[in-house]
Amino acid sequence: MPPDALRRLAHRRSFLRLAAGATGGVGLAATARAAGAVEPLEVPPWSRTPGAPVASPAYGQPSPFERLGRRPRTPPPFPGAASTGTPLQHLHGIITPNGLHFERHHAGVPAIDPDRHRVAIHGLVERPLVLTMDDLLRMPAVSRIHFLECSGNTPWLGAKPSWTLQESHGLLSCSEWTGVELATLLDEVGVRPGAAWILAEGADASGMSRSLPLDLARDGAILAYAQNGERLRPEQGYPLRLFVPGVEGNLSVKWLRRLKVGDRPFQTREETAKYTDLMPDGTARQFTFVMEAKSVITTPSGGERLGGPGFREIRGLAWTGRGRIARVEVSTDGGDRWQAATLEGPVLPRCLTRFRLPWRWEGGPAQLLSRATDETGYVQPDRAALVAVRGTQSFYHNNATFGWRVAADGGVSHAG
Amino acid sequence: MRVSVLGTLACLVLTGAALADPGGPATGLHERTARFGIGRAATPEVLAAWDIDVRADGRGLPPGHGSVRDGAALFGARCAACHGAKGEGGSADALAGGQGTLATPKPVRTVGSYWPYATTLFDYIRRAMPFDAPQSLGADETYALSAYVLHLNGLLPEDAVLDAGTLPAVAMPNRNGFTGDARPDIPVPAR
Ligand code: HEC
Repeated sequence: MPPDALRRLAHRRSFLRLAAGATGGVGLAATARAAGAVEPLEVPPWSRTPGAPVASPAYGQPSPFERLGRRPRTPPPFPGAASTGTPLQHLHGIITPNGLHFERHHAGVPAIDPDRHRVAIHGLVERPLVLTMDDLLRMPAVSRIHFLECSGNTPWLGAKPSWTLQESHGLLSCSEWTGVELATLLDEVGVRPGAAWILAEGADASGMSRSLPLDLARDGAILAYAQNGERLRPEQGYPLRLFVPGVEGNLSVKWLRRLKVGDRPFQTREETAKYTDLMPDGTARQFTFVMEAKSVITTPSGGERLGGPGFREIRGLAWTGRGRIARVEVSTDGGDRWQAATLEGPVLPRCLTRFRLPWRWEGGPAQLLSRATDETGYVQPDRAALVAVRGTQSFYHNNATFGWRVAADGGVSHAG
Repeated sequence: MRVSVLGTLACLVLTGAALADPGGPATGLHERTARFGIGRAATPEVLAAWDIDVRADGRGLPPGHGSVRDGAALFGARCAACHGAKGEGGSADALAGGQGTLATPKPVRTVGSYWPYATTLFDYIRRAMPFDAPQSLGADETYALSAYVLHLNGLLPEDAVLDAGTLPAVAMPNRNGFTGDARPDIPVPAR
């Protein structure tokens, strides 16, 4: 059952229980409701009995009325080499709960014993090292809030009107990441002259490997062992991942086991066969790291049904790999007129920014769009502008504006 | 030899920096350059089992060799179930075909049509394939499978044998098909 249906069911169940508890029957409350009368407030059963004791459970879980989950857009032929999206349409603020952070694995989630995990750093360095998790935990740490987006987020082709935000933009999450700056570790081992690229390699069964230019490595990259205050989840790289802010997610190699410093890129499969952007002339762009400014309205969004005309806040998310978001504009008429949305602070670099705009739905059709501008002056393009330059086969880095159509009956679907 | 001279030079330069740093520790040449002294030395012997990457110039390729013919048999036994008998694709990616399609509306990206380096094929098979038993193939088997996949793409004759010398020299059709990052590439709209 889809989560929305489940949630509706959960709410309905609680309503029925409440009605049953208060009146001894469903009929009366239901009749009152159908007639549009204001129901007198009742004292529900949970106000008449003490609740569950502390530590039930010891590690807290969402309310049983909440049914959020990650899921793949389509059933994958190899569930270990697949992705799942974050249900962004149901989240608030900018932080993604750890259990809902999107996933992209290439050979499943390894079960790594942290005491046996090692990370090696070698190549063009003075003092090649093997480090334990305890070693890393002793070193100076940083904590920073950054988004992580897969460059394959928002497919160029095959968008469906029925898509929810989870399906269109779900390969995007945002967390506070804690660990040792890669720059700190590079200073510890002493980078040799001539060094220019670093191979980052995972301990998973795909041996995930990507080359990272040294300047990116020194621009805030973190060997992260914690996310939102707790140790990484297994599917986010437990016990250690690389986190490279502002760039395509694949560079943030999970289950990090090795860093090799070299004088040129290593030309791995993930930076040749994949994660390269094919242009209409048959050439392909390689090492397209940065995630350019992008935004999307999170509510109203695909799959929602507006209950009726009246006030509702339009909310969305904006982000850029090039510093901070400077401005987000929202249109409710398909792009004829734009209004500045309010950005919720603090507006952090290479981080999700929440935007809001008060709106009154008059009941007729509406076409909702958002458009982000970052602090470099770059403006999020529409799809036509992107396709004019890159065609439709480049697969990665689609940061086009993304529209939601509100039909007269309140149904919301993707269009434009 | 050259490397160790360079290394000593770099070490001296770094030592200078560390000496100027009042926070740095101050005993012995080596300890002065190590800021925290955390971790253990990673010697080549310690690293051997993990140091498996292969660069485009062939650096990192192990000793050994493998033929297209040996690769054909291995491919049938260990790869064809997912990639198709001739690498035409199945539940997993096609490994052959697609040459000449990159500039068309339906590009087919395979080892033969898209990959710029044959070394990447060796590196990837060695670390990640077969999907159900990665890192189970020996060097000879990996050479043989690389040779067979390249043969399926018409890039090696049937009697070819690959080793550390010949693999990096295989001419890949899309070797010069890659450019750098041209972004930002979209004009800012007039407002
Ligand atoms: C159980 C199924 C399976 C078997 C058996 C298998 N593969 Fe794969 N192969 C895959 C999957 C799945 C992927 C894609 C993995 C990913 O998503 O990163 C893949 C990817 C590849 C690729 C990269 C293709 C591309 O275009 O990026 C190559 C090359 C490859 N396999 C070669 C082999 C070889 C050689 C063998 C035999 C030794 C083999 N595979 C056996 C499932 C399999």
